[in-house]
Amino acid sequence: MNDDGIYRRIEQNPRFRELVARRERFAWLLSSIMLGLYFAYILIIAFVPQVLGIKLSAESATTLGMPVGVGLILLAFVLTGVYTYRANGEFDRLNQELLDEVQK
Amino acid sequence: MMKRFLTAAALLAASPLLMADALTGEVQKQATNWTAIGMFVLFIVFTMGITKWAAKRNTSTSDYYTAGGSITGFQNGMAIAGDFMSAASFLGISALVFTSGYDGLIYSIGFLVGWPVILFLMAERLRNLGKFTFSDVASYRLGQTPIRILSAFGSLIVVAFYLIAQMVGAGKLIQLLFGLDYYVAVVLVGVLMVMYVLFGGMLATTWVQIIKAILLLSGASFMALMVMKHVGFDFGTLFTEAVKIHTKGAAIMSPGGLVSDPISAISLGLALMFGTAGLPHILMRFFTVGDAKEARKSVFYATGFIGYFYILTFIIGFGAILLVGTDPAFKDASGAIIGGTNMVAIHLANAVGGNLFLGFISAVAFATILAVVAGLTLAGASAVSHDLYACVIKKGKAKEEDEMRVTKITTLSLGVVAILLGIIFEKQNIAFMVGLAFSVAASCNFPVLFLSMYWKDLTTRGALIGGALGLGTAMLLTILSPTVWVDVLHNEAAIFPYKYPALFSMIAAFVGVWFFSITDKSKSAAEERERFLPQFVRSQTGLGASGAVAH
Repeated sequence: MNDDGIYRRIEQNPRFRELVARRERFAWLLSSIMLGLYFAYILIIAFVPQVLGIKLSAESATTLGMPVGVGLILLAFVLTGVYTYRANGEFDRLNQELLDEVQK
Repeated sequence: MMKRFLTAAALLAASPLLMADALTGEVQKQATNWTAIGMFVLFIVFTMGITKWAAKRNTSTSDYYTAGGSITGFQNGMAIAGDFMSAASFLGISALVFTSGYDGLIYSIGFLVGWPVILFLMAERLRNLGKFTFSDVASYRLGQTPIRILSAFGSLIVVAFYLIAQMVGAGKLIQLLFGLDYYVAVVLVGVLMVMYVLFGGMLATTWVQIIKAILLLSGASFMALMVMKHVGFDFGTLFTEAVKIHTKGAAIMSPGGLVSDPISAISLGLALMFGTAGLPHILMRFFTVGDAKEARKSVFYATGFIGYFYILTFIIGFGAILLVGTDPAFKDASGAIIGGTNMVAIHLANAVGGNLFLGFISAVAFATILAVVAGLTLAGASAVSHDLYACVIKKGKAKEEDEMRVTKITTLSLGVVAILLGIIFEKQNIAFMVGLAFSVAASCNFPVLFLSMYWKDLTTRGALIGGALGLGTAMLLTILSPTVWVDVLHNEAAIFPYKYPALFSMIAAFVGVWFFSITDKSKSAAEERERFLPQFVRSQTGLGASGAVAH
């Protein structure tokens, strides 16, 4: 099996370039959202930790830090879900079309 | 300004210190707990049955190393979560929440954020390029012999240190939970892990991990549910009551601060985040699924389970403030928690579910250790038999049955070595070992693996020298650091002032790889750069990926 030829043909294919560009852009976008918000969270803890200690209401002990912290955990889950949904659907479909085209 | 930032970052990175401590501190042997032992025996019988079933299905090396790629994304996600939900994190994080409140949540988040990034940047490329071990990926277009030796060496060092930490931790935890003798515990863990791996391979190892994850998640869910029932399913009441009782009062509801040495802690934070992406037993899990689709699902489910688990431990920690902290039955004469604060989750199990449930949670904690050591042993055995024996010594022409024989001999040897090391290190201070394992993974395995997938100009020379530099720096600085130089070797002052080396050793690795790659003008280097293109196309499309196009 001479894979080298087919790999080169794929690399030349505009569909491939389009797929890679789209997927990479999406992956780096989500990575920067995750790391960006996490980093922001660290910065808040570093410089204004009292913000996370603000009470949500006068009669409750619950602080702003609770929803923010749990929110970050949920965000990690949601972002992995969003990526998996789009990659397993749209990107894999494009990928399959590309492979069908070059292997004809 | 900077100092405050560093302190906060340090705080974020401090959790593994606590986690490592969960299993390394001095413990007192408790009374023999027959309920716990009975539950544990049930677990053993059941998982041995699975091992027997798996053994029948293991007919090839692919079955043995990666369960023939037959694990689904959901199952694999559960197993990955199982690798992360160790006994130490269950006991350690709930203890941290019990003593410091909100800080426990900050720590958990630090552990979780690495996973989405692994999904976005590494998971599908790994699956598309790899076969059995991560060295398959790292050496894909580079010189097989040097890169496989390097990464097998990196894997074995990580496995060895991690294994020692787990063995010693198991011995101590079992003294604490079951009231069994340390040596009995270490030998028991060693024998059982060899049985799982020797006969059941990846299939049994994965199922043991899945079952344990289900048991741990159900146990923790029940505890959290009972805590919430106690406060009428109202988080407001939970927090209000906890603030009233806790000695730190309202401070438990906002970020606190501990850690004295920020650089060490930042360094450890780096080691954790990137170390996860360089742990051989975690990376191996990406090859147990059929294709990139399932690999992505694995991380999605794993992130969900791990996140859910951290939320549960948070509730459990607060529940312990209400139900354990106020109950004199769980305290000794001086008012301290019996067995130390790391025992609060165990005491809470007793408080909400009685002695039977206490036995269940203790048995699950032991099962957790077993599952983790089995995964480590399999990763170590595959580094020797697949990377060193089949690919380096036999140049990829090893007969399958010979490779299997080498795997089995290695597994047995690893079991013996693990038991011996567990006994040798019983009285030693091993708190540095998990940190070192992560540091080596982050400074040797991760840079070589990541750059082999992302950087076209990487050459064998660069990867070899850079990886070795990272490995050497991580080891050397650990020996010269206070954790070994002072605490283990009993010298006056440490030569290297920080506890963890990753910050420095990762820089050494990346700079080394970069410099020795770009200055490599050899013919083979040019060929390696040429081969990046086909590798890139395969990593992106999965064309030619092992197992994916077979049907």
